[in-house]
Amino acid sequence: MAEDTIQKPAKVRSVPITHFTDSEAGAKEFPSSRSRSYNYFEPAKRRASVYEDVTVDVQPDPERHLTQGWVYAFADGTSGYPKEWTQLKSSDWHEFRDPNEEWNMTIFRNAANTVRQVAQSLANAKAAGSYAGWSRSWAQIVERHVSAWAHVEHGLGLHVYTPSQRDAPTNMINNALAVGAVHKLRFAQDLILYNLELTELIEGFDGSAHVDVFQNDPIWQKTRETVEQITGTRDWAEQFFVTAVIFEPLVGELFRSGFVMQAAAPQGDFVTPTLMGAGESDCAREQKGARALFSMLTQDPEFGAANKAVMEGWLEKWTPRCLEAGRQLQPIWSQVSEKVVRFDDSLARSFARMNDLLNDIDITAPKEITA
Amino acid sequence: MSRASITKAHSKIQELSWEPTFITPVEKYPTDYTFEKAPKKDPLKQVLRSYFPMEEEKDNRVFGAMDGAIRGNMFRQVEQRWMEWQKLFLSIIPFPEISAARAMPLAINAVPNPEVHNGLAIQMIDEVRHSTIQMNLKRLYMNHYIDPAGFDITEKGFANCYAGTIGRQFGEGFITGDAITAANVYLTIVAETAFTNVLFVAMPGEAAANGDYLLPTVFHSVQSDESRHISNGYSIILMALADERNRELLERDLRYAWWNNHCVVDAAIGTFIEYGTKDRRKDRESYAESWRRWIYDDYYRSYLVPLEKYGLTVPHDLVEESWNRIWNKGYVHEVAQFFATGWFANYWRIDAMDDTDFEWFEHKYPGWYDKYGTWWERYSDLSKKNGHNPIAFEPELSNYEYPHRCWSCMVPCLIREDTVMDEVDGQVRTYCSETCHWTDAVAFRPEYKGRPTPSMGKLSGAREWETLHHGNDLADIMQTLGYVRDDGKTLIPQPHLDLDPSKMWTLDECKGITLNSPNVILNGMSPAERDAHMAKYKAGGPAGRPAPEAVPA
Repeated sequence: MAEDTIQKPAKVRSVPITHFTDSEAGAKEFPSSRSRSYNYFEPAKRRASVYEDVTVDVQPDPERHLTQGWVYAFADGTSGYPKEWTQLKSSDWHEFRDPNEEWNMTIFRNAANTVRQVAQSLANAKAAGSYAGWSRSWAQIVERHVSAWAHVEHGLGLHVYTPSQRDAPTNMINNALAVGAVHKLRFAQDLILYNLELTELIEGFDGSAHVDVFQNDPIWQKTRETVEQITGTRDWAEQFFVTAVIFEPLVGELFRSGFVMQAAAPQGDFVTPTLMGAGESDCAREQKGARALFSMLTQDPEFGAANKAVMEGWLEKWTPRCLEAGRQLQPIWSQVSEKVVRFDDSLARSFARMNDLLNDIDITAPKEITA
Repeated sequence: MSRASITKAHSKIQELSWEPTFITPVEKYPTDYTFEKAPKKDPLKQVLRSYFPMEEEKDNRVFGAMDGAIRGNMFRQVEQRWMEWQKLFLSIIPFPEISAARAMPLAINAVPNPEVHNGLAIQMIDEVRHSTIQMNLKRLYMNHYIDPAGFDITEKGFANCYAGTIGRQFGEGFITGDAITAANVYLTIVAETAFTNVLFVAMPGEAAANGDYLLPTVFHSVQSDESRHISNGYSIILMALADERNRELLERDLRYAWWNNHCVVDAAIGTFIEYGTKDRRKDRESYAESWRRWIYDDYYRSYLVPLEKYGLTVPHDLVEESWNRIWNKGYVHEVAQFFATGWFANYWRIDAMDDTDFEWFEHKYPGWYDKYGTWWERYSDLSKKNGHNPIAFEPELSNYEYPHRCWSCMVPCLIREDTVMDEVDGQVRTYCSETCHWTDAVAFRPEYKGRPTPSMGKLSGAREWETLHHGNDLADIMQTLGYVRDDGKTLIPQPHLDLDPSKMWTLDECKGITLNSPNVILNGMSPAERDAHMAKYKAGGPAGRPAPEAVPA
């Protein structure tokens, strides 16, 4: 008799028994049976958004509902999310809402879309053999300078946005900063992996040149120094302000939009602007958050004036540094064979962008960018 | 991406980091650990271009299941006993998740290894995902479950309830104090590697058995990220072990972290699984059986013990004592009983155990009924409004002595004979165990075994909920905390599941009852009175039964 025809006792399967419990909303009327919204915070508009529901008050605060206070402290006695970790002050830090309304659905959907966009561009370029049409001088700019920029994004992502999301006092601010961190890190990786692809596809493309350029080329030393100085700042709000409001217009956008995205197309390069555009778009999202946060602080009924003074102090300290870093990049504009944009025009655009930002935040622009 | 291209890509992204030369990096989060001699270990090969689409796909599956649950009327068959405990669980867990995100810079700052930094940064955004996806699950419960009260005040309740304080350690412990103690040993080596097994694997199994398939959907999606986090932690502990100077600190931190996680997580998850279920099939694992499998065998024997060969001092005695507390000393049962005693100050409803439950408990934990059965029968009797007080304020009817709090883990001193009393920092404190006493008196101090530990954190805050409300009227406390339904008088918590408004407890039944803090009373005693009181307290139990009056001094 074949083995599979031998009758075995039926195995009794252990499964949960389903009960009809009628535990649906509306099955009964009783006190609070219709209380179907989180009721411990004031939404920004009439009804709370999903973003607010999943973000507000997840990080508690003794000034709101945390009656027993923080149960662990640092050695110096500070605990939780010390408000002293920045010079800026707020009557209510919890008022801030991320204008990008980032939560898990938006974070991963947006980032995955960017990944697909970049991947498709790279695949198209490879299939079309488009790198073959690049001039040597343009390939060198991508090899040396575009690739060097990856370090900047990485440094800001890992050592500015990442620690800042530990330091700010509310969950709404910290989540926005955490998203900023991974935007920067993803962009840095996109650029360096693009470098890897070009190393494999373009003969003579030196995939490791960017390391020495960023470390030693005089063009980049002021940028590197400025990034290191920002990462070495203890005040999280100063880090964020300097990065989003000063460094990005005067150095980041100057290089990405002011140079790469203008100069690439006439060189037959449609890929690099796609990568840069994705990074620029992320940067604009972080700046939207910065606008909302810092204008909330300048308009604070109690601390607005003092906050403006602090921010203007930061402008005074950091604008010359960032401007010098930006100016030191100028030789790159001359390295392309076909000149499509003048450095001064790019810089003027950066000044205009920074002025807009400062205007929205309601602080006086420094003389360096208004002259 | 193929494995080969991931390896190549991961190798390439290592070029991104550099050593600063213009500044000295700011030491934002101090640690007493040293990593100068740390070898470079590669924890995992993840790059963001493959990570984001993977997580998006996982999210899509979760959202699809959520839509399906609503369309399929999942709430027609969820057990209310189970869902009520989710009001507590889901108020706690998004905070540890987001705290884990906040902890990542502590580890990045402390560990000089760019390869680990990449993994830690990815973990950061994973944790933001976990926190918000869990808040969104709770939002769905609030919108579709019969009784939204308790879900509607969720984060406020978590922040002001006696149980929230217990849970908050499993979060605050990740972000404060010595960076490596917090973000590596407590968070990754113990909380994630050991205890997420019962949190995110055993508990979802119980949810599914109670008609709720959304919790498993969300939490298994979360758990699928944890293996990467475990890899981060493993890499850092190997680096720490490479430096002889870290050995004592690791020994200290592993003892603290293991014991605190046991006290806190086993209290909460053990209660949810054992006392929140209606599925009493005897062929299913009890919490103790799950613990033995997931924590003792999978974590302790397979993960922790092998680290001994690298020089790690494994706290074998504490692992065995944790098991002893769970199996022989009734830890989970004592905690569940305490939660039920404290129903008056919760924001969820607690169902009484019945004969079916008794039979299951007796089968899984022989001798259970003799210890706890009578008390649960009294709980059931006293759950009905009948002119008496909530059970916590009827010590004679319930034969239960309201417990002292453990100053360290903040779970009460429920295994009465293990209670330790000591004067620390000028205050008489009680501890649930010798190890919790050591945690406060020895470990969280600026010196350890004669060496300075200036980065070690401190225990802080108003640690005893009862002390915060000592001497206040119960009705006032409930109103202040917001534990009242929208008619202005019916309580959110109930000692039963009956939603008939006439059977629900209200502020009227709370008026005139004064809440007292055992610790305030203890500190008000003379030394001799205290000793006598503590001797009697320690002679009490199990099940909170006070010791007979005649106890030798």
